[in-house]
Amino acid sequence: MALRDSTPLNPWRRSRDRQRWTERAIELLLLLAALSSIATLLGILYVLVGESLQFFQQVSLWEFITGTRWTPLFGDPKYGIWPLLSGTLTTTFVALLIAIPFGTAIAIYSSEFAPATVREILKPLLELLAGVPSVVYGYFALLVVTPLLQQVLPWLPGFNMISAGAVMGLAIIPLVSSISEDAMQAVPNTLREGSYAMGATKLQTALKVVFPSAISGIMSAYILGTSRALGETMIVTIAAGLQPTLTFNPFEQAATITAYIVQVSMGDLPHGTLQYQTIFAAGLTLVLLTLVLNIIGHLLTKRYRERY
Amino acid sequence: MVTSSSQTMQRLDSQFPIKAEVRSLDFYYGQSQVLNDINLAIPDRQITALMGPSGCGKTTLLRCFNRMHDLYPNNRYRGEILLDQRHNILSPTIDPIEVRMRIGMVFQKPNPFPKSVYENVAYGLRVQGRTQRSDLDEKVEAALKSAALWHEVKDRLKEPAFNLSGGQQQRLCIARALVTNPDLVLFDEPTSALDPMSTAHIEELMRQLKAQVTILIVTHSLQQAARFSDYAAFMYLGKLVEFQKTTKLFAEPQDPLTQSYLSGSVG
Amino acid sequence: MLAAKFSDLITPQLGHQLHQRKLLNLGFMVMGLVAIMVALFTLAALIIHMAMSGWPRLSTWEFFTAFASRRPERAGILAAWVGSLLVISVTAIVAVPIGVAAGIYLEEYARKNWLSELIEINVTNLAGVPSIIYGLLALGVFVYEFKFGRSVLTAGCTLALLILPIVIVTTRESLRSIPQMIREAAYAVGATQWQVIWHHVLPYSIGGILTGTIIGLSRAIGETSSLITIGALTFIAFLPESPFQGKPPFVSWEWLNSPFTVMPIQMFNWVSRPNPEFQVNAAAAGTVLMTMTLLMNGFAIYLRYRLRQGIKW
Repeated sequence: MALRDSTPLNPWRRSRDRQRWTERAIELLLLLAALSSIATLLGILYVLVGESLQFFQQVSLWEFITGTRWTPLFGDPKYGIWPLLSGTLTTTFVALLIAIPFGTAIAIYSSEFAPATVREILKPLLELLAGVPSVVYGYFALLVVTPLLQQVLPWLPGFNMISAGAVMGLAIIPLVSSISEDAMQAVPNTLREGSYAMGATKLQTALKVVFPSAISGIMSAYILGTSRALGETMIVTIAAGLQPTLTFNPFEQAATITAYIVQVSMGDLPHGTLQYQTIFAAGLTLVLLTLVLNIIGHLLTKRYRERY
Repeated sequence: MVTSSSQTMQRLDSQFPIKAEVRSLDFYYGQSQVLNDINLAIPDRQITALMGPSGCGKTTLLRCFNRMHDLYPNNRYRGEILLDQRHNILSPTIDPIEVRMRIGMVFQKPNPFPKSVYENVAYGLRVQGRTQRSDLDEKVEAALKSAALWHEVKDRLKEPAFNLSGGQQQRLCIARALVTNPDLVLFDEPTSALDPMSTAHIEELMRQLKAQVTILIVTHSLQQAARFSDYAAFMYLGKLVEFQKTTKLFAEPQDPLTQSYLSGSVG
Repeated sequence: MLAAKFSDLITPQLGHQLHQRKLLNLGFMVMGLVAIMVALFTLAALIIHMAMSGWPRLSTWEFFTAFASRRPERAGILAAWVGSLLVISVTAIVAVPIGVAAGIYLEEYARKNWLSELIEINVTNLAGVPSIIYGLLALGVFVYEFKFGRSVLTAGCTLALLILPIVIVTTRESLRSIPQMIREAAYAVGATQWQVIWHHVLPYSIGGILTGTIIGLSRAIGETSSLITIGALTFIAFLPESPFQGKPPFVSWEWLNSPFTVMPIQMFNWVSRPNPEFQVNAAAAGTVLMTMTLLMNGFAIYLRYRLRQGIKW
């Protein structure tokens, strides 16, 4: 074959040509793979918005946003999102009450105080903490933490938001601490030395110089932690209860948005009914909440990366 | 315990009292010895320059004076640095924080904290638990005046320090170091990140400062050392080669190594 | 009381104040350690508690070889662990090639333009989307649009989408850690871009990619909510058809369309029953699940540690 090639000066031209096409084809394939992430997002939007649009043709947006009763499965259905929202917000709040102080303290300790060897051990341990499946955390909340709390508070119902939220907080600690620690590690050492040179202690340096310098990264850790808590499903489904209740009292039971979706999915609702569509409207609400938080968190992270 | 074995000390015909005296100082980073038997007497309220090619240990020596090396593991000192002929500041019984409360430092690159101009200067006082507003105001103003920055920033005290220019930031760091009335201020190549104008400004400032404080400065610029230092030490491979009055060191260097360094064939 | 100890280097007043500062410093250090210990010990206590509660069932071999049952003492996790293995295989087969390819594109090919910017922001955002939303996506698209049914295939693809951001991000990180000079050396001898990637960049970064993939898969193996959403059955008393057949063509794909259950769903099912004997089963299943994820995570962490020790650029 090569004999017929009329350009003796460049006997490899043909294979070069073929190579060029292969290169192009490969790049195209890789691009398609990268575009799959866009397809996923579009798919999510298509499904959520599509089904929600049908939902809102029968239920007014106003009722959905302002209504205080959520009883889609009853004979007299009501579609106010607030009972689900209150459960979601309350469990999230309890979780943050645990995750933020612990996560921050751990991050400061491990970034500013711990010797390198301790940090090397600590990081993987926290990663293991993050790797525990949420259904296992749910088991802990329902069957360990709640009975323990009931010994102190005998009136506490078996399903309650306080133990679900607390265990969720435990689950989120690694997320908060690792992002906060990364932010503090990104603070240049010259700032620390400037502070030590003035006779500051480690604590003073950590709190007065490092922490304020890393504040946007730390805020983004809190925000991403919040968004994780909002979307957490199994812990609240198992331990916080399944009854939509408009309450912000963490010692009561209440369903979250995610718990409601799971509850409905476990039944066998026919495709295309209004009840079926409720889970997509609820899901859309959740996505909007977390998406806004994620974008803010992403922007903050970017800002602290640019600063130094 | 330590006899001043070095001839450098004898050669130094000092009319000034000694502020700090380094005696047979060795410094190790892990297994490797970075400083080797350094002996050096730093005269009070004078500018002493440490110079030498990069890697000669001049910055390492400077950072011994405020125990900066204590911040990192595997660092070891041997020998003494006597402050005011009395306190061995390398002694393990002395907390490095105590040392740093008396010896200030200005770094290579301006490193203001992400705080206001005022809070940057007040930091050293706040760290010491001083909160009385009038006291702080007075000391901050005095420090900014000493650093020749007061007139430029007196209306922008609340602004973030990052808004200042590079040269202003470095003078802010000088004010920060001065506010606690230190005995000695260490300068680690303070003008290497600055433009010539700001550099000139800071050199002029240091000449004024020596009336009130002893200055030890690391510089890699021979011209800079010649321009404003009173005493100069030449270091090479972790050793102190020669220590003299600056004029004398540049005019008639004794050691052949110094001669070749000054003539540009070493470093 | 601890006596204030300071030298006469500083005034007694400052010395006293320094003493207080150091006490505060010590106090915080203790607090930080306590915070870590509380978090880790709580987790350890919970895990031990669970393992002990589940021990009566774990100690019987039948627990691993029996199907779910209405009678707690006869119920086992056979369908669940087989289901988990099958689903995870599909997930790996789908997510790894796509994720690695996307990572390569973003890191090696993408120019700085609006498209790559968009993809980048998008990947970050997808990583933050709650997993149950992926379940809704799968329900709408895989189950009803593509008509995959409530099958192993649907579940595997759902989890693949879920862990795709993890695979992409870790792929990019390991590619980025390959120094530019390696690429330049290969280009200098006339290699094309793909040859540079295939012969050099990918082989050198395979360890990091593997680490990220294992962490992603361990996330997938514990994932429950999105699979409940696509309607995974919890009571399955049969196994999917084996992929390997005794007669030609020896391979069957029927298992992809089979209904399934997985470990976390089986556990969830048992947790939510009031009967305490089922809760023993839940504890046992939870222990098995924890062991699986801890082993995978532990292996990934070990791998990363070894890699960091091994390569010095």
